[in-house]
Amino acid sequence: MHVDAGDTAWVLGSAALVLFMTPGLALFYGGMVRSKHVLAMMVQNLATIAVVSVVWAVLAYSLAFGPDAGGGFIGTLHLAGLAHPTAQVPGFNLSIPPLAFAAFQMMFAVITAALLTGAGADRMRFDGFLVFASVWVLVVYAPIAHWVFSPEGWLFKRGVLDFAGGNVVEIDSGASALALAFVLGRRRGWPRDVMAPHSLPLTVLGAGILWFGWFGFNAGSALAANGVAAQAFVSTQLAACTGLLGWLIVEKWRTGHATTLGAASGAVAGLVAITPAAGYVNAMAALLIGLLGGITGVLAVAVKFKFRYDDSLDVVGVHGACGVVGTLLLGLLAQSNVAGHGAGLHLLGEQALAVVVTIAWAFTLTFVIATVVQRTVGLRVSPEVELEGLDTAVHAESAYDFGNVRAGRIG
Amino acid sequence: MRLVTAIIKPFKLDDVKSALEAFGVHGLTVSEVNGYGRQKGHTEVYRGAEYTVDFVPKVRLEVVVADDDAADVVDVIVKSAATGQIGDGKVWSTPVDDLVRVRTGERGPDAL
Repeated sequence: MHVDAGDTAWVLGSAALVLFMTPGLALFYGGMVRSKHVLAMMVQNLATIAVVSVVWAVLAYSLAFGPDAGGGFIGTLHLAGLAHPTAQVPGFNLSIPPLAFAAFQMMFAVITAALLTGAGADRMRFDGFLVFASVWVLVVYAPIAHWVFSPEGWLFKRGVLDFAGGNVVEIDSGASALALAFVLGRRRGWPRDVMAPHSLPLTVLGAGILWFGWFGFNAGSALAANGVAAQAFVSTQLAACTGLLGWLIVEKWRTGHATTLGAASGAVAGLVAITPAAGYVNAMAALLIGLLGGITGVLAVAVKFKFRYDDSLDVVGVHGACGVVGTLLLGLLAQSNVAGHGAGLHLLGEQALAVVVTIAWAFTLTFVIATVVQRTVGLRVSPEVELEGLDTAVHAESAYDFGNVRAGRIG
Repeated sequence: MRLVTAIIKPFKLDDVKSALEAFGVHGLTVSEVNGYGRQKGHTEVYRGAEYTVDFVPKVRLEVVVADDDAADVVDVIVKSAATGQIGDGKVWSTPVDDLVRVRTGERGPDAL
């Protein structure tokens, strides 16, 4: 196979950018929780990088991108352990080393699993979550990645378009987060008690890192350093901007205030919405998709209060809802010269099918896995631990030491 | 001796400190506190969820003075801390039985 130096450099660089998104997410989420839980949130994200990368290399990559086992449902174990590193990835015609592709996709699995920490904020067990995440990557993430991303997957073959993970990452994580929130139950005191973010500056820095990393996520998904990558890059920037503006405008109108958290959330909502479409739409369509993403996000985060599920940091509202909006809008806005499929009702129907199937699979299987982990390892901390704060109770650390009165001794 | 305690608006601290120094009070203790009286807190909005924050940040100022000075010190604080707006705070004094300067062991008014 032919390996192009420029393509390889861009995809490897993009893989590193996507990896950086997960520590960015740790800051984004960490700022939004109360100060007694911030380290727990961050270490869950860091450890997710470790656990998912290992599971990916050993098994999950092969399930997602190995030769199809039949019916476009799942890959075989042919590539388990990242075996056959020089053979072309089944179904693809890549100009990059297959290992570069495997590494790039590894970072996608990492960030998708890490997003779920947002639904379990302030009350999820560290060990239980890591067990859950390991199984979840194999049972939920890998099959959906196979269906949609692998050219041998059944949704891919039907013509479903997902440039960088509207289904595989965003809708998948949103639906899974909803199931996880149901299994875990609400935080004690929610929604009565004040659970305001403890440090929005951390959240803003995290949003900035996510935004930065998203260029690797979306433009890297061209899997080549070419015009499609440039198109995706521009779409990504424009959608983040209109997402931010859309969120602020609606927020100002509804509550009377344009907020910092709204700006950070709106940018992410726009980025989520453009993810499935980034390389398939032109710049003006990207503006629209981002705007509708931002508006969808600000309206969707209110839903949890109505239905009383504690999706603590709005994985469902931001990633789920905006992922659906972007995936469906792509059905109407795809450019046939890039996407290979013309926009229209047929494509919209296929996109809608992918949305429904992804939600059903992710929600159901996540519910099962989380329930099993809850009843075996345990997935929720005790009320005492939740009250004290996960940082000191679980990890024996505290994030902030501003005072100089710390009576104590070593040992 | 009396302990004069004042809860004041944080931004008035410098004015109160200057006025006390001019009066002849040397040394005082301040701490950042939160509370509410007739002035209620404020509203914060995070992703559309509105929280009412009841407690308002204030500064608590404490100083022990001689019996004869107490009423004047209270007046000095009241005058320098006042803005006329709701939330200006309160000042009160309480009797102090005993006082020791740690360095020298001096007791009572000598330790002031």
